[in-house]
Amino acid sequence: MVSEDLNRLSGDIQLIVDGKRLDGRGFDELRPINIKVGVLKRADGSCYLEMGKNKVVAAVYGPREVHPRHLADPVKAVVRYRYSMAPFSVEERKRPGPDRRSIEISKVSREAIEAVVMKELFPRSGIDVFVEVLQADAGTRTACLNAASVALVDAGVPMRGLISSVAVAKVDDILVLDPMKEEDNYGQADIPFAFFIRNDKIESIALLQMDGRVSRDEFKQALEMAKKGAMEIYQMQKEAIKAKYMIESEEVNSDE
Amino acid sequence: MTRPIVLPGELLASNPKVAGAGTYVDKGKVYAKFLGLLDKSETSVRVIPLKGRYIPSVGDVVIGIVREVTSNGWAVDINSPYQGFLPAAENPEMRPNRKPNDILEIGDIIIAKVTNIDPKMKVTLTMKDRMCRAVRFGRIVPINPARVPRVIGKGGSMIKLFKTELGVQIIVGKNGLIWISGDRRKVNIVEEAIYIIESEAHTEGLTDRITEFVKRRKGELNGQ
Repeated sequence: MVSEDLNRLSGDIQLIVDGKRLDGRGFDELRPINIKVGVLKRADGSCYLEMGKNKVVAAVYGPREVHPRHLADPVKAVVRYRYSMAPFSVEERKRPGPDRRSIEISKVSREAIEAVVMKELFPRSGIDVFVEVLQADAGTRTACLNAASVALVDAGVPMRGLISSVAVAKVDDILVLDPMKEEDNYGQADIPFAFFIRNDKIESIALLQMDGRVSRDEFKQALEMAKKGAMEIYQMQKEAIKAKYMIESEEVNSDE
Repeated sequence: MTRPIVLPGELLASNPKVAGAGTYVDKGKVYAKFLGLLDKSETSVRVIPLKGRYIPSVGDVVIGIVREVTSNGWAVDINSPYQGFLPAAENPEMRPNRKPNDILEIGDIIIAKVTNIDPKMKVTLTMKDRMCRAVRFGRIVPINPARVPRVIGKGGSMIKLFKTELGVQIIVGKNGLIWISGDRRKVNIVEEAIYIIESEAHTEGLTDRITEFVKRRKGELNGQ
């Protein structure tokens, strides 16, 4: 495997083989997604989400009192979002605690979440969202946003709609949906999207970042791909939330 | 009459006149605001929350814990994003030559009523009501505030059931804290019943099942 590693270092790893991606996916196919709602007992709302090899947990607390007090806003709730990667989430142990990258991700993700949360209903209070990456495999910010959105619904926080998020990457001059680690590391561009989805319709873009280069036409194509992917994720988020309450009522019926 | 579960942002109606609690109107369409059960009729659409924090409203009876004693009253934790304040004058136990510290200490539990909420969400409480008192005995059971209406039951049917069947005293705070007092074994039954109500609040035929449960447990108690 040494030769393969050397190939990667020199940057000419082939990411598209015979019209298929390295893990056998088509260009517009998502990684398998698994969502579990209400996994944490002490949190108001929580969610465990797997997106391919990504594993993340989200916890939502609030609306609750803000500490320190001076951060409170007299007319609306303050939303706090903490994205954090566990030291063991990446191949080489990461130093624990916030770094420049996770602070930036926290900020952009918070702004995405703020687009749907009805902050104006809870003056002088705070809504805290904590997401922890347990295992990382590219696209953790999108996975975390999906998990956070489900956890917020689980907490009963008033929202205008849901946030669904997915990235599009450009590898070997081809656009691919939901890139995995190899595609992210050795690709030419990476564009994470997050959409505000209401009633099975995309209302607006809540997050859009990009590194690398794509042409204008490629970008338009990427947006369309991301929209399709996000709609699929949205359906899975909805199912996961409903499933939690469906199971409970089935158990009740079997008691009778 | 199964009520479907709705998620935030689900379209409920296209006539803004029918919008009720748990919904919001945007561009003339009515959407769900939070996760809940849909209750739709000809004249109104509302969403009954499945989860969520207690938001105070005037007239609610709440159970709170004294968190702070000041020279003119008590700051009370009412299990909500907002703290309540009970002015000294609103406590009937207050006498001219006594200080707030002599009457209620930090950690004391009180049953109070919400009298006023200002735009900054400052909540004022009173204890000048028949129901209100300082809690010195009994048991407090915490539940999800969104399930309180089910614990009370239609027209207080659940409470009536507990009171007549088991002879316990019970006061349900709108903020999800319930005070029960009486024979210890009977209080145990009520507590168990409340937890059943909490976990099955969104299902049907609950009152009948709870009635049966209480009667069965009461029979077991008498049989022993």
